[in-house]
Amino acid sequence: MLDNLNLLSLAPILNVQLLLDGMFVGAIFVLAAYGLALVWGVMNVKNLAQGEYVIMGGYFAWHLSTYGLHPILSIPIIAAVMFGMGWIVYLTIIKWVIGRDLFTSLLATFGIALVVQQALNLAYGPDVRTAESGFEIRSLFGGLVTVADIKLISFGLCILLAACVVLFMKRSRMGQAIRATAQDARAARVMGIDTERVYAFTYALNAAICGAAGVLVSMIWVIQPFYGVPHSIRAFVIVTAAGLGNLPGVIMAGFGLGVAEQYSGFVLGAEFQQATAVGLLVVILVWRQIQMSRYRQVVE
Amino acid sequence: MQNDTTPAWVYIVIATAGVVAPLLFPAYTNQIAFLWLMVLFALTWDLVGGQMGYNSLGNIFYFGAGMYISAVVQVGMFTDVGTYTSARGGEQLVLGYFDYFYSLGAGVLLAAVGCVIFAVILSRIMFGLRGPYFAIGTLGVALAARELAGTWEWIGGGSGIAMPVYPGLPDEKSLVFYGIFFMLAVVTFVCVRWLYSTRFAQAINAIRDDEAKAEAMGIHTLRHKTVAWSVSAFFLGMSGAVFGNLTGFVEPLEVAFPTVTFGIFMVVMSLLGGKGTLWGPVIGATLFHVIKEVTWTYLLGWQWVALGVLIIVNVVFFQDGIMGWMQSRWPERFGITVDASMSSRGGKRKGGAGA
Amino acid sequence: MKYTMKAGLTALAAGLLALSSAQAMVDGDTIVLGSAISLTGKYSSNGVDTQNGYDFAVKTINDAGGVTVDGKQYKLAVKYYDDESTPARTAQLLERVINQDGVKYILGPYSSATTIAAAPVTEKYQVPMIEAEGASRALFNKGYKYIFAVLSTSEQYLASAIGLAAEIAEKNGKNPSDLKVAMVFENDAFSLDVRAGVVEDMEKYGMKAVIDDKMPADLSDISATLTKVKALKPDVLVISGHNKGAVTAARQIAELQVDVPIIAMTHCEGAKIVEQFGKDAEGYLCPTQWAETLSYTDDTFGSAADFDKNFKAAYPDYQTVPYQTAQAAAAVLVWKDAFERANSFDTDKVRDAIAATDMMTFYGGIKFSEAGNNVAKPMVLRQVQDGQYNVVAPSKWASHPVEWPRSTD
Repeated sequence: MLDNLNLLSLAPILNVQLLLDGMFVGAIFVLAAYGLALVWGVMNVKNLAQGEYVIMGGYFAWHLSTYGLHPILSIPIIAAVMFGMGWIVYLTIIKWVIGRDLFTSLLATFGIALVVQQALNLAYGPDVRTAESGFEIRSLFGGLVTVADIKLISFGLCILLAACVVLFMKRSRMGQAIRATAQDARAARVMGIDTERVYAFTYALNAAICGAAGVLVSMIWVIQPFYGVPHSIRAFVIVTAAGLGNLPGVIMAGFGLGVAEQYSGFVLGAEFQQATAVGLLVVILVWRQIQMSRYRQVVE
Repeated sequence: MQNDTTPAWVYIVIATAGVVAPLLFPAYTNQIAFLWLMVLFALTWDLVGGQMGYNSLGNIFYFGAGMYISAVVQVGMFTDVGTYTSARGGEQLVLGYFDYFYSLGAGVLLAAVGCVIFAVILSRIMFGLRGPYFAIGTLGVALAARELAGTWEWIGGGSGIAMPVYPGLPDEKSLVFYGIFFMLAVVTFVCVRWLYSTRFAQAINAIRDDEAKAEAMGIHTLRHKTVAWSVSAFFLGMSGAVFGNLTGFVEPLEVAFPTVTFGIFMVVMSLLGGKGTLWGPVIGATLFHVIKEVTWTYLLGWQWVALGVLIIVNVVFFQDGIMGWMQSRWPERFGITVDASMSSRGGKRKGGAGA
Repeated sequence: MKYTMKAGLTALAAGLLALSSAQAMVDGDTIVLGSAISLTGKYSSNGVDTQNGYDFAVKTINDAGGVTVDGKQYKLAVKYYDDESTPARTAQLLERVINQDGVKYILGPYSSATTIAAAPVTEKYQVPMIEAEGASRALFNKGYKYIFAVLSTSEQYLASAIGLAAEIAEKNGKNPSDLKVAMVFENDAFSLDVRAGVVEDMEKYGMKAVIDDKMPADLSDISATLTKVKALKPDVLVISGHNKGAVTAARQIAELQVDVPIIAMTHCEGAKIVEQFGKDAEGYLCPTQWAETLSYTDDTFGSAADFDKNFKAAYPDYQTVPYQTAQAAAAVLVWKDAFERANSFDTDKVRDAIAATDMMTFYGGIKFSEAGNNVAKPMVLRQVQDGQYNVVAPSKWASHPVEWPRSTD
């Protein structure tokens, strides 16, 4: 461990590689986490199937790429398909969960996650897949730092997607309705907003965002039907750390988690990389709790 | 106080069935033993989740912790744990009857004690979290334990620990472990039943219904929560210790901390039977176990889809569980009097959650 | 008097048991083998390869007339359960296969972890298991009597790559003890065993480990570890983590342009790295239990090349036949051979017949040691050269010279 720290100080350029890699994957985490924050904030549903939607998007991209369609071009198609699927899942399941006991949504979406995993496994088999983008790889600083073009592009796409969603939320009628519902559903209903439609739209939008994130994951990482769980955990870590309705916070936390994973993998070893995400989740919760109890004392 | 109005014949039937079943169906001994384990899972989960309203997704942590504690104790009594677990893989521990049961007893006992200590520590940390945060936090603890156990080489890391070999014949081993699981389940049930007849149950029910008010009424909420979770951990730790010995091989991912299988099953079983009741978890566990064994045999490849659908349907459309349904169907049998004017159940769904 | 009675009773009980089980395990003219295999979960892709190997072998053997025992022809059949890649489930399901279904001949599950869980069960019921996919040495130091493995044990997987590296170093006038090795292994029983073999051989040559990382089971990113590799410039990089480890590593090695003269990894074929990554996979050293280019033959399947051709004809999805499939088929072949030599369905006689196996198959020689592992077949090391897997070591089987250093363009 000390050796590895030493290595970082001897070759500081390695920090650049770790930071870049962390940011690139962090950007994708942000997408999935933002979707979660949206659903959680607007309809108070904690979607444990988040990671499964990501993987599902990845598989669709891989599937289309076998017909020769480039994964990046397939993003709109997949977003649309996932949107439709999200709407259907809302109508059949999520609709009945809204407003229920907080625990219900966790378990119900866990059930959805199980079904999606197995459906993917039955449809595509358990093989590990990757969708090839065919882009070049750049090396900087005499080869010490490499940046795959696809990572840069996916980073750009993440920003573009996030910007689109933000603009949509700020400018469009539906976006305003969603924000109004998040603030006070009853008041929104009184004002004539069809909250049922808002909920359906929000859940579908989340699925679409996850699907798009999944396309990017399939191009820069690998996908497998059972790889959704770590993505779900990451989304929860980020949202718990950032809080709901706090987009800058989600972005910072997403990048932070991506970078933290890279550093723990480098310094402590790959065996601690996954534990870092989970460990951070517990630490953040405990830290929030301490904050809360301070707040309570002040109130008292 | 929830007075148990169950007629005595129910207990007699269950006790007889428990004793006779392995003799009648010797081939199914292990499956029935697992049924008792499931009953224990559901009962211990419901104590904290159903009766106290703290929905834990990480109770499996105590199961795995107990398993590892007993493994280390049992192996450590006869040889050096570090050498035994090193990648070279030592010889398997072969013990005589006395040594085996002596070390098993010590392992199970220390597992229970160790888990209670863990529960007391975790209570301090986790019980400040409310609602979904508690569920996610406990899930995080279980997942973190599973990752960290895999990196700890002294306890075998990812390769795990082979448990001492049972000295006798296989059928005898099955029967002995069946007996242990049956006894554990019975003791857990008796203990929980007794707890539910005391003021303690009222206190934790009050915590579930409104924690702030409970506190205002002078209930020391943290202490009650700690005790409830410790009782749960005590039995889970013991069951983990015994399970490790039955399996003969302890490994972090699938055997010790099966978070998405056993960890979720315990919740689903309680919900299926009806949470917050004495018999709900027992009925839920039995039904779930039977469904699972049947689908695992006849729906090969689709069993997880079936399980996912079962969870969704159960949670979304049938959340009161079997006991809850029976209570609203025949309230008079449960000593509940219904005021006809109050019993219209319209407007049950609350409005939007509001952030 | 008392003792004779007891002995008589025991014999009677044993006889009854044998009688009742004999009916269940041979159903009419079909011999039923049982297996709990990973059809879902993290090992499922290799699990399916294994199942296909079993099925293909059963079909081939049945088409060729089946198994002749006591002058009568029997067909083979396999009863499968899905262990979901979890060892606890394997043990449970095998109990069910043996106890409830009355199957007394077991084909192994996929992976060492599940086989480790399976072995105590077969041992307990004294039912022989021929397994083809559990290579961990933890299986063969416990004194088990009923487990027989047709494959080479896991510590041999990558040890040959260390030997090859030492050979190359000497040829170039370097001292093998100056070599630096980077190790990346998945944190599970199988991969850790592979690691143990590598460590042992490194010690023999006095090589130094500069990186020793372990991948968690569901990690799909090892770029941090590979960044370390780039910084420390080792002479050898060894990787093992089943199919997903191979895919993740192959992708990220290319992406980070990791330039190590020797890269050796397990599961290249199963992970289809040549198909998925093309020239980026050039030069990887891949240990294999079996290769279709080897000159082994038997009467049922023909030569290794025949097996390769016929299997691909039966399962057109496969572009290369993974060795997991070949060894699964070999395990079924050993069952046939053992039944015929035992000329009986008595589990003890069959067990003794298996223990006495000494045969040549398309998969290589099969002869079991006292502990149950196959000692008649070496591992071979293949290198990806122009998209082909060519055998480069050991020299007895080498068809091509090794390309060193691995070219990165």
